Amino acid sequence: MRTPADIIAGILARNPRAVGRAISLVENGDPRAGEILAALEDSRVAAATILGITGPGGAGKSTLTGQLIGHYRALGRRIGVVAVDPSSPISGGALLGDRVRMMAHATDENVVVRSMATRGRIGGLCAAAGAAVRIMALAGCDPVIIETVGVGQAEIDVVRLADLTALVMAPGLGDDIQAMKAGLVELADILVVNKGDHPAAEALMLEMTPVARERGRALVRTVATEGKGIAELADTATALAAAQRASGEQARRRQRNREAEAVDWAVELLRPAIRAAIHSAGPGCDPRATARAALADLLGRPSESLPTLSEAAFKPIIPISPIVESVEAAHGCCSATHA
Amino acid sequence: MATHPALQDWQDKVLKKMLDKAPEMRPEFTTLSGLPAERVALPTVIDDAYVAKVGFPGQYPYTRGVQPTMYRGRLWTMRQYAGFSTAEESNKRYRYLLDQGTTGLSVAFDLPTQIGYDSDDAIARGEVGKVGVAIDSLADMEVLFNNIPLDKVSTSMTINAPAAVLLAMYVAVGEKQGVPSQKLEGTIQNDILKEYIARGTYIFPPRPSMRLITDIFAWCSQNTPSFNTISISGYHIREAGSTAVQEVAFTLADACAYVDAAIAAGLDVDVFAPRLAFFFNGSSDLLEEVAKFRAARRMWAKIMKERFKAKKPQSQMLRFHTQTAGYTLTAQQIDNNIVRVAMQSLAAVLGGTQSLHTNSKDEALALPTEDSVRTALRTQQIIAYESGIINSVDPLAGSYYVEGLTDTIEREALALMSRIDELGGVIPAIEAGFIQRQIEDAAYTYQSAIETNDRIIVGVNKFQAKESITPPVFRVDASVGANQAAKLKSLREKRDNVKVDAALAALATAAKGTANLMPPILDAVRLYATLGEICNVLRKEFGTYSDLKSR
Amino acid sequence: MTTRPFRVLIGKPGLDGHDRGAKFVSRALRDAGFEVVYTGIRRTPEEIAAAAVQEDVDAVGLSLLSGAHNELFPAVIAALEKAGGGDIPVFGGGVIPAEDIPGLKRAGIRSVFTPGTPVKDIIASVTALCQAQAAKV
Repeated sequence: MRTPADIIAGILARNPRAVGRAISLVENGDPRAGEILAALEDSRVAAATILGITGPGGAGKSTLTGQLIGHYRALGRRIGVVAVDPSSPISGGALLGDRVRMMAHATDENVVVRSMATRGRIGGLCAAAGAAVRIMALAGCDPVIIETVGVGQAEIDVVRLADLTALVMAPGLGDDIQAMKAGLVELADILVVNKGDHPAAEALMLEMTPVARERGRALVRTVATEGKGIAELADTATALAAAQRASGEQARRRQRNREAEAVDWAVELLRPAIRAAIHSAGPGCDPRATARAALADLLGRPSESLPTLSEAAFKPIIPISPIVESVEAAHGCCSATHA
Repeated sequence: MATHPALQDWQDKVLKKMLDKAPEMRPEFTTLSGLPAERVALPTVIDDAYVAKVGFPGQYPYTRGVQPTMYRGRLWTMRQYAGFSTAEESNKRYRYLLDQGTTGLSVAFDLPTQIGYDSDDAIARGEVGKVGVAIDSLADMEVLFNNIPLDKVSTSMTINAPAAVLLAMYVAVGEKQGVPSQKLEGTIQNDILKEYIARGTYIFPPRPSMRLITDIFAWCSQNTPSFNTISISGYHIREAGSTAVQEVAFTLADACAYVDAAIAAGLDVDVFAPRLAFFFNGSSDLLEEVAKFRAARRMWAKIMKERFKAKKPQSQMLRFHTQTAGYTLTAQQIDNNIVRVAMQSLAAVLGGTQSLHTNSKDEALALPTEDSVRTALRTQQIIAYESGIINSVDPLAGSYYVEGLTDTIEREALALMSRIDELGGVIPAIEAGFIQRQIEDAAYTYQSAIETNDRIIVGVNKFQAKESITPPVFRVDASVGANQAAKLKSLREKRDNVKVDAALAALATAAKGTANLMPPILDAVRLYATLGEICNVLRKEFGTYSDLKSR
Repeated sequence: MTTRPFRVLIGKPGLDGHDRGAKFVSRALRDAGFEVVYTGIRRTPEEIAAAAVQEDVDAVGLSLLSGAHNELFPAVIAALEKAGGGDIPVFGGGVIPAEDIPGLKRAGIRSVFTPGTPVKDIIASVTALCQAQAAKV
């Protein structure tokens, strides 16, 4: 199984080796990756729901994902999971331990799991996560769950990859949750209070209820270690996904996300040239002016034609449009708070 | 010497009472050269601070030991953990050990038994009889204790998740021998929390597991008053790589969780607490280990008195078993292990252990041979009969170094315990991976120091020798699995399956409710329901626990 | 020579819960630049094989302390073959008597590490296994 054609045929035949190999080729920037990526323009990929699971370390993301696998399998769905863990900035290595909580499904051929390392990428995902998710969708997985590294405020990549993002929080992680309020809490579609049997869970629910109401987000309470609230979480996700698909929101998000990913890649591709230009120009005492001059030089355009720094700075990375109608639809099938 | 009132009080009340009840082994104790050996050496000036912190043996806070005369009254129990292959083979080994002067049995079960699987379960492949004896039903247990009168020995069983089932089998064997349960003596390990933390033989999730444990506490307080209902274990936490401080902190934190659970289940602390036992590791840093045992004793006494308001002295006493540290044994130059074990045993005895298992020199290679087991036992006997350590209680007390280390371990362990409290207790701390990570980090630090030669392990990274002779390795007969499967098949044909099914159904009903599970388990065991059948009923009702994420 | 990180799966077949060695080797490999997928304890050979194939690892490492290696190590090799990963090299470690090593090698275990093996030797050996495997892709 060495040619792209063989591998693509293998993915379509749901051969686990082919799926694993395809993801590796993309991840490693192998020359064969392009052909594989081209095959991902497919109705199966368009139809699959991509569910992001994010949240701070220790909130119970892996356990929750493990429980969601069980839930979807009981419904007869074929499910994919991409689980991302951080690479060590020193050695470049990584310990990928998320599988431990999903091993109950290891021999189920309809559960496809891939552990990935960030490989230097900040933002909570790895560069090949998008391709990995789509390869799993091509292999017939729906939904595909993407589980991020333990995140803080800034790691919001998942919002740009997933159709729906669930932010998992837990009592006892006080500072982390405070830090996320300005970021992920605003961006996530579903707020999950896990460890719902913890004495401090009630307080976190009380804290999140107005946040969810103000922003029109679903709020679900779970005890992942005991499987409680999992069905409600999955039902909420399903209803939201259906509503988003019906309203065209999903298509808009995917379009937006693809564009954002393309922008990332454009910057990545430019990075060596930018670095060389800046290096040859020498660092000025104002790094912003240096950047502007280098880019103008690189693009062969006068620097006046570039946006001013005040225009470029501090723009939110992702414009988020509210999806009020879909949340109402979701609320129709399940309560926002889990008593 | 000015007599402090507390000393007078101790002499009059604690010591005299003990000597009246149980005289010492000899009228007087002397050193090898004939000098008199003081029973309890004391500081020249006894002040309030000494009394409060160190005190006198057999009295709160028990820093110097749980008995006023310690080994002058009675030696520690020499208890060698053993078991392998079939019940027949293990029975032979137990009778050999009893002949050799061992004073208590300690049953090692194989892994399928420890995880509640019958020997013919597919998951048991390759594991039957390997690290201990395979027990599938009461029939095996009857063979295991054949010709060993249960009213004459005390038996420790290393069994956790299915402890209730094996305890029921032990009680049932007693019944067949005509020994009432009230007379049975021994210990079940029954410590599930450290299985999640370090040892891995869990079955059910934490909450139903805690229910099984409190059910055992309640049932035993009525039916087996001389049985230790739990052995709260730091041993495996240390084996997994923890430091001495972590060993104490996590063990006592586990202990607090059991006490909390039992109180929440409606039990009176002074009814069950006297039957709580502990199990620690005897590792290589001799004086640190002595300090560890002393610190743990003092901490537990204070915790029981102040936090749980226990009133009985027996509730405040930390009684413990020690096993020498398996992780320090080397596969290189295995005779060196005899010396390591001797030092570690000294630490345990100087630290006031109630019972001791000494590892055999060849355990880094496989299960021990009979010869090496005998040497391990002899090591204890040499310490007991030749070293003179038993002449004086807590002989290292008052050493600036040992008292200082005792204080430091207490302080640091208390700090770690309060971090666990902040996380909501032991179970949330386990579920968040906090405790496991602490241990992993310590293990990594320890092993890295060996890899870089910052820590020398004799014969491994220094003083290596070319070894040409491979030592004899003990092997378990490969046919054990098939034999056990055949026995199970015939058992299932011979027993009254209608009654077995009814008993299992009754157990399922009880598991759904809140009734004590010991009676229905005992009923099922008496009818020769197998361990796997009983555990499968409980798996269905309680669910199973899977390993937590590693970092 | 590849510059990407090698991917290794460390698995614990059988029922023993002693994962100190497996976790140490996992972390040491991580610190040597490997991406290490850890399965956790008490895995069947079939579970380990399925995970190794899905994860597209360059090598599989097994750790076992219960003495069941003669049964379970070859069972992992067989399971890998059945799962379509028969080409993935397998190494193992644990309490393994010297006299068992030739048999394990005949069964297809590429390297066997016994207690006291310096971790740098393990890393060197696993690196070589991964390099050879990566060259085949």
